[in-house]
Amino acid sequence: MRSVVPILTVVAAIILLWYGASIALNADWARDKATRAGTQLTFTELVADTWNQRKPKLPAPHQVGAEIWKTTGEMVLKGRGFSKRSLIYHSWVTFSATVLGFLLGTALGTLLAVGIVHNRTMDMSVMPWVIASQTIPILAIAPMIIVVLNAVGVSGLLPKAMISMYLSFFPVAVGMVKGLRSPDAMQLDQMRTWNASRFQTFFKLRLPASMPYFFTSLKVAMAASLVGTIIGELPTGAVAGLGARLLAGSYYGQTIQIWSALIMAAVLAAVLVGCIGVLQRLTLNRMGMA
Amino acid sequence: MSAPVISARDLSLTFQTNDGPVHALKDVSLDVAKGDFVSFIGPSGCGKTTFLRCMADLEHPTGGTITVNGVSAEEARRNRAYGYVFQAAGLYPWRTIGGNIRLPLEIMGYDKADQAERVKRVLDLVELGGFEKKFPWQLSGGMQQRASIARALAFDADILLMDEPFGALDEIVRDHLNEQLLNLWGRTEKTICFVTHSIPEAVYLSTRIVVMSPRPGRIADVIESPLPVERPLDIRDTPEFIEVAHRVRDGLRAGSEDA
Repeated sequence: MRSVVPILTVVAAIILLWYGASIALNADWARDKATRAGTQLTFTELVADTWNQRKPKLPAPHQVGAEIWKTTGEMVLKGRGFSKRSLIYHSWVTFSATVLGFLLGTALGTLLAVGIVHNRTMDMSVMPWVIASQTIPILAIAPMIIVVLNAVGVSGLLPKAMISMYLSFFPVAVGMVKGLRSPDAMQLDQMRTWNASRFQTFFKLRLPASMPYFFTSLKVAMAASLVGTIIGELPTGAVAGLGARLLAGSYYGQTIQIWSALIMAAVLAAVLVGCIGVLQRLTLNRMGMA
Repeated sequence: MSAPVISARDLSLTFQTNDGPVHALKDVSLDVAKGDFVSFIGPSGCGKTTFLRCMADLEHPTGGTITVNGVSAEEARRNRAYGYVFQAAGLYPWRTIGGNIRLPLEIMGYDKADQAERVKRVLDLVELGGFEKKFPWQLSGGMQQRASIARALAFDADILLMDEPFGALDEIVRDHLNEQLLNLWGRTEKTICFVTHSIPEAVYLSTRIVVMSPRPGRIADVIESPLPVERPLDIRDTPEFIEVAHRVRDGLRAGSEDA
């Protein structure tokens, strides 16, 4: 709980900067309007206008807050929390694809790492591909994944999850290779003196030793998963999800909608990464390693 | 005399490095009898640790033969014929002391009740009773090393190979552990091979002292200790002790001169 004050301080600073920036960015439009109407704006009027435009370049925090409330809490109160206009619905769509992609990515990354650590051929051949895979801009291949999967009859959640997996397996693979190799020569020799099988060495030594690395990679992977899902939602014809919301917002110049979707994405990311943090603390505590 | 527990004949081990071959061991022959406490002493690079690792099948000799319990070192390792204590305690931080000692027992497939009984017994043996539920970081360095010895004693191996187990500990703790180790050896009748670079430690503990010298690693002298089996710590002030220590020192000096 000691972290509450620093966090609130930073949030307050961001909001302050944000209000300042929205004055600076929206002032031109406010002055334009005033000139056309043939009036002069006092400073107070100018500030009030920049913070309350309908399509501002940068919406003020309270506008975004009001939009978020309108599309979440208010709709829940009306009993339509899960309608297609609700951000809860869109967040849920993004959330489910993110979690599925994250789980797939974690599984794939872990499997690759196990293979790389135990098999020399895989060690030599797979790692360069793993790295190469991440040098391709995801924005370029996301539409192709969607199109190809659609052509073979897979649509809906899975294509987005695949893109999300594509981004999230990488940190897990790299982190787990490092983690599974973290036992030193002495610990491996020790296993040899007990004539332990590779299986036993893996489950009793390598896997527990890799846990701190594992959770650190999971946090990175979770963030990457969310980005992957949102990118996957952009070219799908944009029907649902935070990515679709972003795209629709940018079509119609609805900056407030864009920002509210962005804030929701950030909240979602914070919650997901926070969940992993809790899981990490519980696990490492139980292992006596925290 | 019965068949030797460990028997090396013309054992050689050459590492190929970028600077040419390094003769870690050259034509080393030695028999270790059952119940012996043999110390290996010598300057660094004399191959004492390498020799121990050959016994443990952690290194593969490039020449000569070595048998442990009458079979090859590899087979002996597969039979789990020895316990090995490394210089660092190497306890797993995610296991309690009890869990660490149970680790080799789990790997070797002892049943649960037997595991619990053995853990308790060896913890008492190294005077760590009551620390079973503690994690390694809650123990001092000396206690951790005792736990690692307990771990090597927990299963039925009658050979104990120790590679400078007390090297990283301070003098006072070391004296205490030496005394305990002798005590333990007396009670368990194990055969112990002990690598050290402390002359007093070697003389105090051993029935035989193997002095080794470097480049190439070989045995310079084997000294049978005339000291009695019963050895209180103050035996180190007796003339016999000082004489043995003197011989060891001479052996070390001779070994480094003709290298």
